[in-house]
Amino acid sequence: MSVAPVEVTRAETDEETIVDRPWITIVWNDPVNLMDYVTYVFQRVFGYPKPKAEKLMLDVHHKGKAVVAAGAREAMERNAETLHGYGLWATVSHDT
Amino acid sequence: MSPGQQPPEPSDHEDLTQPEDLMAGFRPTSDGVTARFARPEAAIIRDLVGQVVELVVADIPAPDPDELAAMVGISDSTEVPDDPVLARLLPDGYRDDPEAAQEFRRFTESGLRSAKVESAQMLLHTLPASGGKVRLSSDQAEAWLRSINDVRLALGVRLGVTDDFDGLNEDVGPDDPRHAYIQVYQWLAFLQESLVAALS
Repeated sequence: MSVAPVEVTRAETDEETIVDRPWITIVWNDPVNLMDYVTYVFQRVFGYPKPKAEKLMLDVHHKGKAVVAAGAREAMERNAETLHGYGLWATVSHDT
Repeated sequence: MSPGQQPPEPSDHEDLTQPEDLMAGFRPTSDGVTARFARPEAAIIRDLVGQVVELVVADIPAPDPDELAAMVGISDSTEVPDDPVLARLLPDGYRDDPEAAQEFRRFTESGLRSAKVESAQMLLHTLPASGGKVRLSSDQAEAWLRSINDVRLALGVRLGVTDDFDGLNEDVGPDDPRHAYIQVYQWLAFLQESLVAALS
């Protein structure tokens, strides 16, 4: 991705919130992206070993979505941005 | 997700390929990947990639008048594009929080558009219009992957691809204008899979 993450003031994201309910990156199923490609992207973007990437891909495929990462909001937004660059449908949300 | 495609039957593709070139796909090399394209194949890919570029660069929302903001890729754009293909290529980053989705789009959409154009340009730069042998470094191959995926996403939206879609069905006869596009869609899936395999 060519754009550096932008510093955004997130006053509402206090430390405690991050610890208790981390932000997450979710990847949603879609009918077009190829299973092998999605596995490849998870390996590439997150450095996950193939078995973990494959398991996440199958979760997306069978359950409709999977949480692929958790952590600080900014990091999850960067994930979503990177995954959009690969054409995956990714969103950020607060873990519930 | 789609489990992918088997190599198409030669008889389906008489108009696309020469027999000797039929769908070998990409193979790994010592320093990247390689594949051979017949002229019509190169023409189809270049045409579709060009269409995606046109779509992505057309109708770009006005850049932020603030020079610094423009430099780091902040745009005024906060709304999902009307065109369903663009909406798929430039999706929301938040699902249940419209305000956060707008903010995310404002900070990422312009960069995402640029990245898609860059990948497409890399593909166009490395695929001769006349076809022939293509050798790609792994960085170039990444650009191809993203660009071909964008084309497949675009075709998928236009063709109304769903999870139950398993290629040509009885509703789409050879006379249907979608018929050829479905074949191309499946061929690109095969090509993309071979590229993933060659890179893995």
